Amino acid sequence: MVRTYALLVWTWTRAAAQYPLSFALMTVGGFVVSGLDIAVIWVIFANTSSLGGFGLTEVMFLYGSAGLAFAIADLLFSNVDRISEHIRAGTLDAMLIRPVSPFVQVAADRFMPHRIGRVAQAAVVLGIALPRLDVPAGRAWMIPVMVVCGIVIFTSVWALGGAVQFLLTDAPEVANAFTYGGGMLTQYPLSVYGDHIVRGVTFILPLAFVNWQPGLYVLGRDDPLGLPHWVRFLSPAAAVALALVAALAWRAGIRRYRSTGS
Amino acid sequence: MMIYDLHGPDHAPGPPLEPLPGPHGPDRRVLISPPTPNRQTPDRQTPDRPTPTARSPGPDFGRCPAFFLYLRLVRYGFRRHATYWGAAAAGALTNTVFGVLRAYVLIALWESRPGLGGYDVGDAVTFCFLTQAFIGPMQLFGGGLELPRRIRSGDIALDLVRPAPLQMWTLSEDLGRAAYLFLARGLPPTLAGALLFGIEPPAEAAAFLVCLVLAVVVSFGWRYLIALAACWVLDDRGLNVMSMVLTTFFSGMMLPLVIFPGWLGSLARSLPWAAMVQVPADVYLGRIGDRTGGLAGALAFQCLWAAVLLGLGAALTAAARRKVVIQGG
Amino acid sequence: MIEAAALGRAFKVRGRVVHAVRDLSFRIEAGEFVGCLGPNGAGKSTTIKMLTGILSPTSGRVTVAGLDPTRRRTALARRIGVVFGQRTTLWWDLPLRDSFELIRLLYKVDRKPFRERLDELTTLLDMAGFLTTPVRQLSLGQRMRGDLAAALLHDPAVLVLDEPTIGLDIVSKAGVRDFLRRRNAEYGTTVLLTTHDLGDVERLCRRVLLIDHGRLAFDGTVGELLATVPGETSIEDVVAHLYRNGASPTGEPR
Repeated sequence: MVRTYALLVWTWTRAAAQYPLSFALMTVGGFVVSGLDIAVIWVIFANTSSLGGFGLTEVMFLYGSAGLAFAIADLLFSNVDRISEHIRAGTLDAMLIRPVSPFVQVAADRFMPHRIGRVAQAAVVLGIALPRLDVPAGRAWMIPVMVVCGIVIFTSVWALGGAVQFLLTDAPEVANAFTYGGGMLTQYPLSVYGDHIVRGVTFILPLAFVNWQPGLYVLGRDDPLGLPHWVRFLSPAAAVALALVAALAWRAGIRRYRSTGS
Repeated sequence: MMIYDLHGPDHAPGPPLEPLPGPHGPDRRVLISPPTPNRQTPDRQTPDRPTPTARSPGPDFGRCPAFFLYLRLVRYGFRRHATYWGAAAAGALTNTVFGVLRAYVLIALWESRPGLGGYDVGDAVTFCFLTQAFIGPMQLFGGGLELPRRIRSGDIALDLVRPAPLQMWTLSEDLGRAAYLFLARGLPPTLAGALLFGIEPPAEAAAFLVCLVLAVVVSFGWRYLIALAACWVLDDRGLNVMSMVLTTFFSGMMLPLVIFPGWLGSLARSLPWAAMVQVPADVYLGRIGDRTGGLAGALAFQCLWAAVLLGLGAALTAAARRKVVIQGG
Repeated sequence: MIEAAALGRAFKVRGRVVHAVRDLSFRIEAGEFVGCLGPNGAGKSTTIKMLTGILSPTSGRVTVAGLDPTRRRTALARRIGVVFGQRTTLWWDLPLRDSFELIRLLYKVDRKPFRERLDELTTLLDMAGFLTTPVRQLSLGQRMRGDLAAALLHDPAVLVLDEPTIGLDIVSKAGVRDFLRRRNAEYGTTVLLTTHDLGDVERLCRRVLLIDHGRLAFDGTVGELLATVPGETSIEDVVAHLYRNGASPTGEPR
C-alpha cells in the first residue's frame, strides 16, 4: 500500500515537473502565504514580550513544530478532503473498480508537490527557534517524536473530515473548520485559549498532543492546566488512538457509499 | 419587456471548487462563482416586441433602463449565491471557529498590553469577529468573480461587446453576492462572537452600513483588476496568491492595522486594503476619531480608493476590449 | 463467469423505498458477448455497479469471476475491466500515457507484459497519435479508445462496459465495435455491455438481456428478441414496442 502510494505520488510529481515555472511559483507562493502567519506573530511580539506566558522563541518553536507536522500531513494526505468532489463527479466509482484502497487513491490523486513550500517555511521557523532555545540533549529526542505524532494526528483529522463528507456531500467545507482550524489552533501556546477549549483538544480531539504537551516537556515548562507530568509522553498513544478512530470512520464512510450509492 | 432573461429555467450548476493557496493551507477551497446561464450578447429589443422567452414583463426600461438592469443583476447575484447555502453555512462555521481562536490570541495580547492601539479588550474581540464576518462579503481570500473562467474559455469576448459595460455589470452581480454572503456568512460569526464573548454594538449603524457597501466596492475594484489581468498572464495563480497575501495582511483581517508598528502601520493604513476591513471595523467601533479625520474622512478614504480602483478597472477593460475583440485574443 | 440470483437493490428516496433492481437472475458463461438493453432508469447502471463492487445489493446474490463483488472488491478488480461511457476513468490533467502508467501501478502489472499489451492496444486502437496528449484535450472517440485500453491493460477475463458507444461518431463507433468483437473472439474475453444503440446489439451481441422497471424482461438471442413481436422486422421497432408496452417475454428464458 505504501509502495503503491509512493509510486502514484511520484507519477504526479513527474507530471508537475513538466511545468517548472508554475511549480516554482506555487512553491514560493506557499512559502510566502504561510510566512504571513509568522508575520502576524512578529507584529504581536513587536507589541509585547510574552503571549500566554511564552516568549517569541518559544512561540516560534511551538509554531514551527506544529507547522511542520501540519504541512507534511497537508502535502501527503490532505487530498482526502476532496472526497466529496469525487463523489459528486463520479470519480469515486472509478476508484472503486481499482484493486487499491480508495484512501490511498484519493490521497495520491492530483498530488501537489508544490505544497513542499509550506513544509520548508515551517522547517525554517523551527530551524531558527531551536538553536536559541538551548534544549538539553536529554529532552531533544522528543522533537522528532512530536513531529511524527503530529503528522499522524493531522492526517487522522483530515481522514475524519473526509469521512464526514460522506454524510455532508453538499457542504464539504465543514471539514475545513477542523482541519485548518486545528492547524491554526496549534500555532499558538494553548495557554492563550480558554480552559474548555484546552480540555476539548486534550481529551476529545487530541490536538494538544501535536505540540503542546510534548512541547512543554521540550521547553521544560509547567502545564498551566496542572495535568500530571506523564501526560507529556502520551503523544504516540493519542496519535494511534485517533488514527484508529479515523480509520474506522473512513471505512464506515466507504461502506455507506457502497450501500447507498450516494 | 425583457432584455436579459435572467430567470432562465436552468439554475447554474454547483459552484466548482478551485484550489487556491490560503493562509491556513495553500489549497484552501475558494468558492468561485459558477458560470452564468444565458450570458449571450443581449439583443436590444423594443418594448413592444418582447422576446419569446420573456416570462415576466419586467420593469419599464424606457424611463430608467440602466438602473433597473443593474438592480436586477444585483438581485440575480444574490439569488445565484443563495443556491449554495450549504457551502455558505460551512463557510460561516469555519469563519466562526477561526474567529474564536483569533479572539483568544487577541485577548492574550490585549491583556498583556491594555489599551494597545487605542482599543480595549472588548474592541479587539469585536474587531476579530467583524473581520471574520467580512471574509465572505469582501471575499478576502480572493475570487468571487467568474471573469477568470470566462477569460480562459474565451467567452469574455462576448461579454466585452455587450452594450452594458462589463465592469458595472460585474459589480452589480458582485454586490448581490456580497449581500447574500453578508447574511449567510457575516451574521453567524458575529452572533456567535456576541454569545461567546460579548461584542460591542455598532457605534453608528447607518454610517457602518454605508461604509460596508463602500468596502465591498473597493474589494470588487481590486478583485476585478486581478481577474482581468488573466487576459495578459498565462498562469494567474501566482497573481491570485499575491493578491491574497496583500489583502489578508494589509486589510487588517489577520491583525488590526492599529497595532502594526511604525512606518509599516502608517503605510498599511493608507493602502486600499485598509478600506476593506480596518475602516469599516473602526466605523463600527466608533474609533475613527483623530486617525482618519472622523467619519467623513473615513468615507472619503474609501471613496477615493473606490474611484481609483474602478478607474483603473475601466482603463483595463478598454485595454482588454482592444486586445480581445480587435486583436482577436 | 457472471451469475446473478434473485439480485435486488432498493434505495430509500425521501423516506420511500424504491426498487431500482428486483429479482434479477441470469448466468453468463465465459466467452459470451451479452448486451443489456432497457429504457432510461430501468436499472442497468445499478446492475453494473453491483457487478463491479461499487454498490452492494440489498437482496439476492451475485458472483463475478467466482468472486462476491461486495466482499472481494479488490480481488475482483484485478479480474475485470470496467468502462463508463458517460465519464472517463482516466486522469483529466495527465497525458494518456501517464494515465496508463498510473493504472500499471494500481494493478501492479509488471513492466514487460505492460509494455507488450500497451503496444498491442496502441496499434489496435490506433492511439499512437495522441498518447502524449492530456486527456482533457482528447476528442470523445480518442478518449473512449483510451478508456478501453485502460480497462484492458491488466488483461481481465471479464469486460463490463456501461454505454461504451454513447456520443461517438460513426467511424469511432465502428472502430470500438470492431475492437470489442476481436477482443471477444481472439482472447475469449467475456463482454457485458449496456447500450441504447441497437446497432451495438445487432453487430456484437449474440445474446440480449432486456431490463425494464428493474426486472429481467427478456433473455435470449437477437433472433428470439425479433420473434417476440410478430409483424415487426427491425430490431429497433421491436425494442420500441417492448419499451412502450412493457416487455412480455415469449422468448426462451435461459
